[in-house]
Amino acid sequence: MYKYDQYDQAMVDARVAEFRDQARRRLEGSLSEDEFKPLRLMNGLYLQLHAYMLRVAIPYGTLNSEQMHALGDIADKYDRGYGHFTTRQNLQYNWIKLEDAADILADLSKVEMHAIQTSGNCIRNISSDHFAGASADELVDPRPYAELMRQWSSFHPEFTYLPRKFKICVIASEKDRAAMRLHDIGVQIVKNDEGEIGARFYAGGGMGRTPMIAPMIRDFVPLDQLITYAEACLRVYNRYGRRDNKYKARIKILVHELGRDEYVRQVEEEFAHMLDQGVEPPREELERIKPFFADPDFEDGPKHVDRSDPDFALWVDRNTNRHKHDAYVSAVISLKPVGGIPGDATGDQMRLMAKLAKQYSFDELRIMHTQNVVLPHVKIADLHALWTQLEAAGLGAPNMDSIEDMIACPGLDYCSLANARSIPLAQRISERFDASGKTEKLGELKLKISGCINACGHHHAGHIGILGVDKKGLENYQLSLGGSEAEDTSLAKITGPGFTEDGVIEAIDTVTDVYLQSREDGERFLDTYRRIGMTPFKEALYG
Amino acid sequence: MDNVLGTSPDDVQFRFRDDEVVDHAAVTVDSCCDQTNATAVRIEPGDDARVLLPFLDRLALIEVNFPSFGDGRGYSSARILREAGFTGELRAVGDVGIDQLSHMRRCGFDAFAPDKPLNEEDATRAFATWENVYQASVDNRRTIPQIRHGVNPKARS
Ligand code: HEM
Ligand code: SF4
Repeated sequence: MYKYDQYDQAMVDARVAEFRDQARRRLEGSLSEDEFKPLRLMNGLYLQLHAYMLRVAIPYGTLNSEQMHALGDIADKYDRGYGHFTTRQNLQYNWIKLEDAADILADLSKVEMHAIQTSGNCIRNISSDHFAGASADELVDPRPYAELMRQWSSFHPEFTYLPRKFKICVIASEKDRAAMRLHDIGVQIVKNDEGEIGARFYAGGGMGRTPMIAPMIRDFVPLDQLITYAEACLRVYNRYGRRDNKYKARIKILVHELGRDEYVRQVEEEFAHMLDQGVEPPREELERIKPFFADPDFEDGPKHVDRSDPDFALWVDRNTNRHKHDAYVSAVISLKPVGGIPGDATGDQMRLMAKLAKQYSFDELRIMHTQNVVLPHVKIADLHALWTQLEAAGLGAPNMDSIEDMIACPGLDYCSLANARSIPLAQRISERFDASGKTEKLGELKLKISGCINACGHHHAGHIGILGVDKKGLENYQLSLGGSEAEDTSLAKITGPGFTEDGVIEAIDTVTDVYLQSREDGERFLDTYRRIGMTPFKEALYG
Repeated sequence: MDNVLGTSPDDVQFRFRDDEVVDHAAVTVDSCCDQTNATAVRIEPGDDARVLLPFLDRLALIEVNFPSFGDGRGYSSARILREAGFTGELRAVGDVGIDQLSHMRRCGFDAFAPDKPLNEEDATRAFATWENVYQASVDNRRTIPQIRHGVNPKARS
């Protein structure tokens, strides 16, 4: 894992000191809320329905056990004993007092963490594949490239007041586990015909009210021009992205309005100019970063588990991913217990996960965009011992990628922008599908719930998506089908008129029945939908 | 009305140059391209700084206006001008606050005329926010990656 050197640490410390001063001026009243707002936003502090919310950055979703432990302690000390893992691989605390914010940031900086650029119109925390460095199918570990981009994008002098927020994702396998093409910039590390490693760039993806899939804008950027090319992409956006309407300000609108080819032309022109400006970090920097992500000392061992306990066998089948070393797997810790709040973990659970990471996973954890936690390198021989402890702590739900493994945004329970509640809906759905045993029959089914059009819950990319809307002051839910955020990215389509809370749960039951009746061998819900189209689902829902 | 555009030397609160403060009324970018004698110009957020490149030699002052601090186009304008070799005064004017100063400086601004005068102490601290920096920019500071590997900033062509 990457470790700060004195320079990285000094950058974060400088920011904490600056923020402490700003918070003091606010509390003393010399800064008005209007003046303070952009400053606190740059430090991840939002004012929500009931309290301040603090968003902590977890760069490319990777953290060590000391950091996870500290997150648990902060949850107990400053929040109500829990935190919420988000779709951007970050952590949110929902019950923060302004007086405590600077102390929390100081506690975070002791373990090389911060809340910098987790909000505001700047380049946000960079996300990546949660199985990076572990998965059998990756070309290389994408995280050194993500770390290079993290440093470049931290406190960037030119790109701190962009038209709108800017999200970058870096992956390095054909399988996309990070919704790469739904980011403002998606980077895939690839190998060209000459066998050289480089970066393929996508730009202009996003969700929100106008979801778009990013087109590819360059097939191959050599590694010693990676930052320069990114700089050119951002400069064109900073200069020409729309600022007249905040709903049209994301780069997806620029790319869409200019057309992909014209955007590419402008970027190439700027890139050609930038190449002479000496903005690329020395090539040695990438080489310095790489060893931090070197493989731990894997040892040979058994390749199979004892399957005599069916509950354990089910968990292994559902919640583990093939590792590049055959005596290991990556184990997913589900934060979706039946009837629970998707993505929430208590302080005790965080400390337990920290302990287990130390014991079984070379001190490393990952946050998934599906709001779960991964222990990336677990010996197959240790799986049973690990599972036993997870089970005892309510962390052993065997439901990865099932309908119970849903994404849900905070919704009306916390969020000031919400139209409808997401959390209670998620809880009821998981209880119902668990009780009826249908979860098992449905196999992979990605359900995603957002409480409003901003789409924090990725509903556009759900095999089944639910969107909370406001209908004459009543909470109402729109259902959509056919989205995917994997390498076969697609956007879900709305079925028709919306439903009440009870109605939408019935509707999900109905569409899953259509699937079960129509599916052919080995088809997932998504495959069946793509084959038979919307009509049979519509007929069953509204016919 | 070109003659009322621009800030006067009295408005300049911070300046990092030793030459005489430029005291000419600035003209708009459009007039600057038409008028061969203008020596000071004012860029608005929507202007393309690159149309000024043919005239840089005769310009002593370029003002970049920030009607609202959240509109960051002026940062790109400033850097583009410095990248093109502009050595005259680059003045940030308008809604310029304490928390923008350090980044503006890095993008090549060397004079600041905020609408509302800033607290001097806060500003001094703000200019010194970053002991070191990650990105290479037109201020030619040696970056953290360059320090780590013992190399010097690349000369810009
Ligand atoms: C509770 C406080 C939150 C507020 C006020 C908030 C606000 C917003 C807004 C306004 C947007 C739309 C931005 C745009 O389209 O330009 C957005 C998008 C998004 N938010 Fe949130 N959000 C919150 C919490 C979360 C949480 C908890 C997550 C993760 C579970 C999250 C993840 C996202 C994602 C993934 C997007 C879509 C990005 C895109 O449009 O490409 N947000 N959020
Ligand atoms: S989708 Fe809407 S309701 Fe949900 S967290 Fe985002 S802004 Fe809030």
